[in-house]
Amino acid sequence: MMVAGSLAFWVVAWWMNVRLAAQGVRWVPPVVFGVTVLVVWEGLVRGLGVPAVILPAPSAIGTTFAANLPILWVDFVQTVILGAVNGFVMGAGAGFLVAVLIDRSPYLQRGLLPVGNFMAALPIVGVAPIMVMWFGFDWQSKAAVVVVMVFFPVLVNTIAGLSASDRMQRDLMATYGASYWQTLLKLRLPAAMPFVFNGLKIASTLALIGAIVAEFFGSPTRGMGFRISTEVGRLGLDMVWAEIAVAALAGSALYGLIALIERGVTFWHPSQRT
Amino acid sequence: MSRVGPVLTVLGIVLVIWYAASVWLNAQWVYDQAERAGVSVSFAEMAAQTMMQDRPLLPPPHQVAMQLWDGVAGQAVTSKRSLVYHAFVTLQATLAGFGLGIVLGVGLAVAIVRFRVVDMSVMPWAVISQTIPIVALAPMIVVLSSAAGIEGRLVPKAVISAYLSFFPVLVSMVKGLRSPDAMQLDLLRTYGASAGQMFWKLRLPASMPYFFASLKVAIAASLIGAIVGELPTGAIEGLGARMLIGSQFGEPLIMWAALFAAAILAGALILVVGWVERLLRVRMGVPA
Repeated sequence: MMVAGSLAFWVVAWWMNVRLAAQGVRWVPPVVFGVTVLVVWEGLVRGLGVPAVILPAPSAIGTTFAANLPILWVDFVQTVILGAVNGFVMGAGAGFLVAVLIDRSPYLQRGLLPVGNFMAALPIVGVAPIMVMWFGFDWQSKAAVVVVMVFFPVLVNTIAGLSASDRMQRDLMATYGASYWQTLLKLRLPAAMPFVFNGLKIASTLALIGAIVAEFFGSPTRGMGFRISTEVGRLGLDMVWAEIAVAALAGSALYGLIALIERGVTFWHPSQRT
Repeated sequence: MSRVGPVLTVLGIVLVIWYAASVWLNAQWVYDQAERAGVSVSFAEMAAQTMMQDRPLLPPPHQVAMQLWDGVAGQAVTSKRSLVYHAFVTLQATLAGFGLGIVLGVGLAVAIVRFRVVDMSVMPWAVISQTIPIVALAPMIVVLSSAAGIEGRLVPKAVISAYLSFFPVLVSMVKGLRSPDAMQLDLLRTYGASAGQMFWKLRLPASMPYFFASLKVAIAASLIGAIVGELPTGAIEGLGARMLIGSQFGEPLIMWAALFAAAILAGALILVVGWVERLLRVRMGVPA
């Protein structure tokens, strides 16, 4: 009954989405799609009698979420605010600064770009155990992992961005008699911003991954990674899913915030002028 | 524009900083030992002793290289101590996830380009899916797959790899399949080409450069996925598991060797993808 009902709901919602998409309403179809997934999930779990230790229903996860708000908040502060955001700010700042400093020496820059590109492709999460060994179990080690992880994407993108301005534009600055720093501040850094924000967006997802992974190698008795690994051990999967929901919200919020700032800073870029 | 000189310079600077840092970080241990033994050490003696500790805070490059060489060449390939063996375990999951990610990414991209409704309802969720840290899901995936009666770690690791690698493929393929401009599409229409012919003869070939650009990102992402998949799941085989073991038993050299083995594996995989790309470009008649 439940199974048939959820499948029927799916068909109806899909038909609705086809109609809506034809009319060109922008934000409704994804919402309908998301709601459909939740309803089908709920219906299948209840209808087929899937035990809660395998896949809890969304309603059960919601209940757990609401009942454990204080714990989730403590974990959120420990992992996202202290670990990920701290590390993100330090790592992204360092990557940006190094890219601007290295810009004075084209020779070193030519060497740093391939090396940085290579480093950005490496599985840097692997430094997590080393950082835990160096900085202890608390958030400092998590922030350190995040610093190393976000450093290279931001570095590489900033270097690429600094060479984004045209020859002609730079010549114009030269005819104005602009100094190196004036050209940098007024032309090349603004022109680099779309690239920098691209790097920041990549880094924002990496930051959360780094902070959570580092907790698997040792943490105080709070934090999202800690909670997930202990609750999986106790088969408290509704709590695990609640943490996943927090992680998803935090990740999307971080990404959205950066996209919002990007919209303000690079308002002139074609991709923002829709 | 030769790149060899600058790259070597940068690598040289990294090496110098690394040696300096390992002297600085490992010095405390030497001084503690000397104090316990009641002798004083000069700076030169101290520096020499930081180069060959059993459990250094930061092993100097040559120690890591020795450990790496020992793990790669010093063991039988089937031995549990061999890095080749662990790298192979990780590689299997990486490639399985990579393949799955390509199929998923290309399939979704085709559906998105073909059907407007898929584009509008699925695309935003594909973006959101990447803001969810996959590591939070990793233990779940292991539990789910073992509940579904799947033995071993390969499948959950491959799923995590696929989750990380499908996204770059999806985004690039959507861009690539839409890259033919209106004039080219019009031309095919005047030929009376069907939708299928347009797809096979124009859209698909046009998307190839985008496809290969995304593969390099995807293979790196799927290796990260495979390693991350080994961390929280109590795996005992694979490079990620090796790092975990090194961490739990306080053996920094094992961690560093596994880390570098992973780096070398990543580099090799990216090279192979680039090589396949060049081969295919030549076959398709693109001037190199």
